[in-house]
Amino acid sequence: MNSPRAVDTGYLEDLLAGQPQLPASPLARLNTLRAKAVDRVGVLTVPTIRDEDWRFTDLSPLTRLSFQPARTPVRADPAEFERFHIAEAANRLVFVDGVHSPELSSVDGDCGLVVANLPAAGAAHAAAIERHLARHVEFDDNVFAALNTAFLHDGALVVVPREVAAAAPVHLLFVATQKGAASYPRCLLVAEAGSAVTVIEDYVALQQETYFTNAVTEIVLADSADVHHIRVQRDSGQAFHIANCAVSLAHASRYRSVSVTLGARISRYDLNVVQTAEGAECAIDGLALIGERQLADTHTCIDHAKAHGTSRQLHKCIAGGAAHAVFNGKIVVHPGAQRTDSSQSSRNLLLTGKARVDTKPQLEIFADDVKCAHGATVGQLDGDAVFYLTSRGLSDAAARNLLTYAFGAEIIDRIPVASLKHWLERAVLEQTNRQP
Amino acid sequence: MIRQNSKVLLEVRGLTATVNGIEILKGVDLTVRSGEVHALMGPNGSGKSTFAKALAGHPAYVVTGGTVLYEGKNLLDLKPEERARAGVFLGFQYPVEIPGVANSQFLRLAYNTVQAQRGRDELDPLEFDDYVREKMKLLEMSPDFLDRSVNEGFSGGEKKRNEILQMALLEPRLAILDETDSGLDIDALRVVAGGINHLATSDNAIVLVTHYQRLLNYIVPDYVHVIDSGRIVKTGGKELAHELETRGYDWVGAESRATAKADA
Repeated sequence: MNSPRAVDTGYLEDLLAGQPQLPASPLARLNTLRAKAVDRVGVLTVPTIRDEDWRFTDLSPLTRLSFQPARTPVRADPAEFERFHIAEAANRLVFVDGVHSPELSSVDGDCGLVVANLPAAGAAHAAAIERHLARHVEFDDNVFAALNTAFLHDGALVVVPREVAAAAPVHLLFVATQKGAASYPRCLLVAEAGSAVTVIEDYVALQQETYFTNAVTEIVLADSADVHHIRVQRDSGQAFHIANCAVSLAHASRYRSVSVTLGARISRYDLNVVQTAEGAECAIDGLALIGERQLADTHTCIDHAKAHGTSRQLHKCIAGGAAHAVFNGKIVVHPGAQRTDSSQSSRNLLLTGKARVDTKPQLEIFADDVKCAHGATVGQLDGDAVFYLTSRGLSDAAARNLLTYAFGAEIIDRIPVASLKHWLERAVLEQTNRQP
Repeated sequence: MIRQNSKVLLEVRGLTATVNGIEILKGVDLTVRSGEVHALMGPNGSGKSTFAKALAGHPAYVVTGGTVLYEGKNLLDLKPEERARAGVFLGFQYPVEIPGVANSQFLRLAYNTVQAQRGRDELDPLEFDDYVREKMKLLEMSPDFLDRSVNEGFSGGEKKRNEILQMALLEPRLAILDETDSGLDIDALRVVAGGINHLATSDNAIVLVTHYQRLLNYIVPDYVHVIDSGRIVKTGGKELAHELETRGYDWVGAESRATAKADA
């Protein structure tokens, strides 16, 4: 293991120096937040492997490089972006290197659903922004959230009005196009009481470049709201991707998420779900499929703050090459959160002798009438299953690919958007075919 | 059916094999000609299943000596998938469950791989669907089994039907069926046996590995071999199976040990 390396404090200053002169927003909150965040970045440091939460994820390859926000918007051919379109999505909001692109976006505003860039939506939705923006992902002690907030400008705002069920998924597409660019994607999704929506948060790259994505997503579910959150990180294999997502669940609301991690040299995803009222429900599934020298770190925390909540979690990692997958799944049951029903499973597949998985379920239970189950497995492909397939004529490689694919398909099958599901199934098959 | 001039499909001479370093097969000799049905019987632990798996090329069953010629070529040189493509089929005693792989997908993949090897056209999903449904009728299988994951949650009988369905699709020259009768109720046994009989031709051969005689009421063997302690110790016609059913296996073992002693 590398020895912890003191991070040059100049690194964060360099990143901040790239901050363009952002126009003062008519929303006082945005201006205040940015100023506060810049202050916090001045105080905080980049975590090292000495920090318990980062012990497996050495960020020195990131801090050795210099990234600046993309200065000139790329005039890319819209045809180049079409391959990322998801046929089922009625609303598509596109950000290129972090900057909203109205030309590539397509919003139909059906049934009062708001899908807009933050600055444009500011005046009409000031109340929602005031109430929720930067209230769920706190940046006081989180340097990457602070950095993101310091650059707060463009971002996706999705508001689903009371009792509205959006028929088609909303696609939030973040496209990286430039080498050396840093981008700070931001999403705020507010599902009002009794509403329902499926949102796809999608990170892609036009080409295989080195860049840095530092994203923050906040999702708020009011009473009885129902949100399906699909997150796909298909960044370039050389990219760095750090993301924080916080979800707040009100009474009897239901949050289901599927996160798929395929790209990035180093990626880190922190997902924090808080059940703030009774009877909330969440199902959180994840799949990391990585190879070569990729590192994918997922930290989740489900906070059962109130009684009668349920949570289900299945996280799978498939590591080939010399890849390293990390999963830390914390579940906290607060005093008084009686009748909590929680289960967590971490299942991991190592395809090579050099691949590595570190998985840590972490239960903190302070209530006495609860049901909490958890389990973790790390293994290789079942030799008898490989033999069964080869005895039917499949080559050893084809048999292994099929079994690897099947392992991942269990998660992908939970995505309720057919075309995305099929794209991912193909991607998983291709990636497993590439594994040595 | 025994015919004088039929071609030798499989010739096993002095086959020895180990599992986890323990010698299980201690010199098996067996000749199988096309058109024949052989029953390989024996008590638990005699080496029946080891013999079946060694022929199919399971990596945990290490051949340490002897020769196996299949259609005149050295079978032991081939990888499991090459044996399958050459027409060797193992019906598993315990078919493996593969969650996440649809049975239809698996069956088509196997079928097309073997078809391509034989220089025949592959079938697309729609064509294959029609084709496999016809074959499923033979085994009185519901088409629902196409959409389910391979063997996952199948009952014992359903798994065995699925094995014989694979045999029907892959059309092997040599089918080794390892305890295909175990776990079957009497109705399922009749259906599965009917399927196997339907698939038996003068060009292929079947080796039934079984502990009990009851399967042989439905599939009549040309030869019955008794394997004991890793060797074939007695060979006879179908009547030998009846004798085993009444008398058990002990007398065969005792008889062969007596013969061995007399020879020595």
